[in-house]
Amino acid sequence: MTYEPLAYEFDVAHMIDAMVLMFGFQLLYQRRMQSVLRSFALQAVALAAAAAWQAHVQRAPHLYATAAIALVFKGMIVPFALNWLVVKLGIHRNVETALGIGPSMIVGVALVALSILLVLPVTGKATALTRESLALAMSVILLGMLMMITRHNAVTQVVGFMALENGLILAAVGAKGMPLVVEISIAFSVLVAMILFGIFFFQIRERFDSLDLRYLEYYRGDRQ
Amino acid sequence: MILGLLPQVAWILGFPLVGALVLALLPAWRWAAWGNVVISGGTLVAAAMLLGQPLPRPTRMFLIDPFNIYLVVLTAFVAFTTAIFSAAYISREAKAGQLDAKHLRFYHGMYQAFVFSMLLALTANNIGLMWVAVEAATLTTVLMVSLYRTRAAIEAAWKYFILCSVGIGMALFGTTLVYLAAQPVMGEGELAMAWSYLVIAAPGFQPDLLSLAFVFLLVGYGTKTGLAPLHAWLPDAHAEGPTPISAVLSGLLLNVALYALLRFKMIMAANGQSMLPGPLMIAMGLSSVSLAAFMLYRRGDIKRLFAYSSIEHMGIITFAFGIGGAVANFAGLMHMTMHSLTKSAIFFGVGIITQNAGTKHMDSIRGLTVSHPALGWAFLVAVLAIAGLPPMGIFMSEFLVVSSAFAREPLLTLPLAFGLMVGFGALLHRLQGLSFGEPLPMRGHAHPGFALSALALAPMFAHIALVLVAGLYLPAQLVDWFQRVAGLLG
Repeated sequence: MTYEPLAYEFDVAHMIDAMVLMFGFQLLYQRRMQSVLRSFALQAVALAAAAAWQAHVQRAPHLYATAAIALVFKGMIVPFALNWLVVKLGIHRNVETALGIGPSMIVGVALVALSILLVLPVTGKATALTRESLALAMSVILLGMLMMITRHNAVTQVVGFMALENGLILAAVGAKGMPLVVEISIAFSVLVAMILFGIFFFQIRERFDSLDLRYLEYYRGDRQ
Repeated sequence: MILGLLPQVAWILGFPLVGALVLALLPAWRWAAWGNVVISGGTLVAAAMLLGQPLPRPTRMFLIDPFNIYLVVLTAFVAFTTAIFSAAYISREAKAGQLDAKHLRFYHGMYQAFVFSMLLALTANNIGLMWVAVEAATLTTVLMVSLYRTRAAIEAAWKYFILCSVGIGMALFGTTLVYLAAQPVMGEGELAMAWSYLVIAAPGFQPDLLSLAFVFLLVGYGTKTGLAPLHAWLPDAHAEGPTPISAVLSGLLLNVALYALLRFKMIMAANGQSMLPGPLMIAMGLSSVSLAAFMLYRRGDIKRLFAYSSIEHMGIITFAFGIGGAVANFAGLMHMTMHSLTKSAIFFGVGIITQNAGTKHMDSIRGLTVSHPALGWAFLVAVLAIAGLPPMGIFMSEFLVVSSAFAREPLLTLPLAFGLMVGFGALLHRLQGLSFGEPLPMRGHAHPGFALSALALAPMFAHIALVLVAGLYLPAQLVDWFQRVAGLLG
């Protein structure tokens, strides 16, 4: 059964994908931890909308499960848990940056341009729905990486990783008819849950007196 | 048969899966340590059953072919011998009060879960399932690396976790791109992710998309393989975890990650029009070899030393597959096997040494051949083997790598041979201090008694014997498999 999406269905899909990307940018310019978590929650909700729309357009009901995971787990549970961790472990409320906000935004724009230039020429045969979604998804992935690189704090780094993962799920739901997407998003949820558990369980605050990853660089090589 | 589970594979995966559940619930760690050995033995028997029979037809989810069959057997074998070593190691650690019953229950459950995820990654036909399995392998090992709960162990686990998670993410994006490249030809659905179908239909895939996918896959699975410059997690994770885990990390997990990458390289080779994966792999392989060879000199920590040596050897293997062609691929496959056996033997030795000496610092360990003759000489032979001295198997495979590279790209052999020499020098320099001279007083755990000492040493002797035999004579069936796979690898 092949079903060709209508023109407006493309437009809506691209709009939602672009919203996920916009929240990716929003993550880059937040200066307070609470705002970072809120932006991330919004990105997850946008991802859920994107997955649900793809489920509708592709007539693929299993993608609703992916949408539900994104909405409930990443849009609600994870931001709530991280917020609790920030309060519980007394983590700094300010975001510490390795690269200033302005330069980060410029690098971010360059990364979006890079992914468009990279993806569009090589996806000639794929359907238009897939092509633009893929370019947007790759931009979200690269922005997530940028955030991981340019933020010191372990919590913001984890948020960066989850933003990267949002991009991966966006790519997977955009790939028409890709199997195992639900399983993959479950696998990622387990990974994320483990990371959160890890922060709490390792009590990084207690052991290192800070969640600042610069202190994690202490034990490197053979310094005794 | 919804999953298309092959009966042979069901046994191989069933043992560790059930074992993980049982061991996680078993409260007595002594029983768990022996249960771990028995379950691993069962897995090995199930894996060895594959050898006699004709290859089963692949299903959508699972596949047994000459490439993974020997890796499955190798993985089951090393998992079994490591379980034996682990029983002796854990018993000493527990007696010395380093680990308590709760941690040990967790450790044994996770050990089987880790073996399960590696075997799943090896037998998966679906590239998405393979990805999920590699991710699961990462998760289980992270938990084991942090077992000692020291500051350094937690730091190592966190670094490993974050770096490999990003790597795994990149690999998933690459996998999605491969699906997109295949979809116009193969249609939608599960067939477009089944490797055995992909490789047949590969000539029709979009070459550009496949090239882009390979870059992501190389970065992703390359991180997990420990290729420079993506290796930062590897020395820490090897150094801080329990030593049996270092043995399976080096000996097995790195192979599994490289195996995943090679499956995609086979699709690229079958496609024929995409970018050549060779140059990228050669570059990463050579940078790993040279970086690791020089880093070997500055190490003071014995586990870290051999972790860098693993980076060096994964570099050699990646280089060999990058050169390509029947001989180099053959050499790469053989080196994967030999490195796996030798490096795990070395880590067994290192485990006993650190328990005896109570330190990982090499300056505080001297004269092992005098103080512990059986251990000291076996360790000496194992390190000489990994350094590449004849007549051991590693020498054979390294010789094949260098000579086949010389035949195709003579100039590239210069940096490779230089790296090998530098690494050889570093290992020999360290080995001399460790093995000979006046023994320093050992401040480690109490002597475990004859039975446990023998149990701890037996796996090491078995591995060394196998590597020695392989250096002199390779079984015909193994050679046949290697040659068939070498042809497919392009």
